[in-house]
Amino acid sequence: MTDLTILEERFQAKIDAELKIEPKDWMPEKYRKNLIRQISQHAHSEVVGMLPEGNWITRAPSLRRKAILLAKVQDEAGHGLYLYSAAETLGTSREQTIDDLLSGKAKYSSIFNYPTLTWADIGAVGWLVDGAAIMNQVMLCRTSYGPYARAMVRICKEESFHQRQGYEIMAVLANGTPEQKEMAQDALNRWWWPSLMMFGPTDANSPHSAESMKWKIKRQSNDELRQIFIDRTVQQAEVIGLSVPDPALKWNEATQHYDWGTIDWSEFNNVVAGNGPCNKERMVARNKAHDEGAWVREAALAYAAKKLKRKAA
Amino acid sequence: MSQQEALFTYCLRQADDLLILSHRLSEWCGHGPVLEEDIALTNRALDHIGEARNLLTYAGQVEGKGRTEDDLAFLRAERQFVNTKLVEQPNGDYAFTIARSFLFDAYHLPLAEALTKSSDAQLAAIAGKAVKEAQYHLRHSSDWLKRFGDGTEESHRRAQAALDGLWTFTGELFVQDDLHQGLVKAGVAPDLIAIKASFDETVDNVLAEATLKRPVDGFMASGGRQGKHGENMGFILAEIQYLQRAYPGAKW
Repeated sequence: MTDLTILEERFQAKIDAELKIEPKDWMPEKYRKNLIRQISQHAHSEVVGMLPEGNWITRAPSLRRKAILLAKVQDEAGHGLYLYSAAETLGTSREQTIDDLLSGKAKYSSIFNYPTLTWADIGAVGWLVDGAAIMNQVMLCRTSYGPYARAMVRICKEESFHQRQGYEIMAVLANGTPEQKEMAQDALNRWWWPSLMMFGPTDANSPHSAESMKWKIKRQSNDELRQIFIDRTVQQAEVIGLSVPDPALKWNEATQHYDWGTIDWSEFNNVVAGNGPCNKERMVARNKAHDEGAWVREAALAYAAKKLKRKAA
Repeated sequence: MSQQEALFTYCLRQADDLLILSHRLSEWCGHGPVLEEDIALTNRALDHIGEARNLLTYAGQVEGKGRTEDDLAFLRAERQFVNTKLVEQPNGDYAFTIARSFLFDAYHLPLAEALTKSSDAQLAAIAGKAVKEAQYHLRHSSDWLKRFGDGTEESHRRAQAALDGLWTFTGELFVQDDLHQGLVKAGVAPDLIAIKASFDETVDNVLAEATLKRPVDGFMASGGRQGKHGENMGFILAEIQYLQRAYPGAKW
């Protein structure tokens, strides 16, 4: 047996025994790379996700809604920070991670390439997008990599608040004037299918899934999580009198789950390939913020260096 | 003008400063120069909105006509807003945004401290909550002004240009009209001469450390407190008030 095989076996034994992998522990290069990819994608999603929601802060319809939305978007930025830090524990710098986003090399969740056209979209994003994200994130609280799992515990608490506030926005609209109800239904119509796509390709077509399950980075498959989400959300829609835009949707007594239609994977692939409604705007906005902030970051570094020098003198 | 009307307007003056500054800061959300600053600016916007809400709610109670915080924020027109022109200035670059907040913070912190001793218990309570936040705000904006002033040549140039451009809007913060003087006599509002002394001390200390020059007092812009704003104000309100105006009477 080679040394590498012994290390790999020990590593897998640890995972099988439900022990967490910590930054200084030995880990297979592919595990490290897989995690860096996943955590940085997750971090980028939090940061890019600020754009469609930030879009409505200045137009929020009441001061209470404005304050809640500000707090929510601030939470997302905080999640981005934790996650960039978690990625750093795997030996990648925040600068490099962000450069990969700005150059288009790294991905972020495609859901944020859809526009928030009306106020109801802020409700739909909280309810459906955060709702779908939570399904993944609750699972990730038990992921095998310690720093990621711990970051996720705090993130989940905040996300469940986000989901509730989104649902509350929708409930108020759905019980409001006819125009408000129409706004809410239209938002559900536009966000439903993209939200289902957030769980990723079907298990048969998910390139990273098998390895991620073996290493307990993931613990439930894309299709399992998607089904739980559908079962839960359809009932929530019924409670507030909105209808889910899927003619094939039907409760199945035998399986105790909803049967539902088919995802248009060509749309998914198209958005992933960069042709979603807002892919270009999102990247332009991130790059602009980064470029225009360059002198600010340089000033902060120069000032810190001067201070250090004065202290030493 | 009755004491009640004066108090109503005084609440609006403070609330409008905070509401409009919060609006400007929230425009940065998602576009900050570094993630930490995105969080800091959003946090400040949230603090300002919180204090504005307390003041607007109280203003509505003082007025006694049943107007809520939202009625006052979303259903008043340009000429009825009484914020200073300082806070409505567009964001500009990050140095401009920081300098605008610094000048406001250097006024807002001593104001909030003084208001904790107001004879009006509700104003004192609102200020009591705001003081801690205002301390953090001033520390945040001062720290960045020092970084810019004593950072690179470019950041120094930008910070100095921002201060020079904004200075004309500082005078309005300290104008004591008849309404204000009446409230000072009643022990409700502090004498702004004392607030100005504290402002001057903060500005001088921070600018000295930042190696920036204090602009010379020249022409001071005014009019905001009388609802005579710059052309930007209409656009700010068009954005803030859009949904309430488009769907009258709807609940959100």
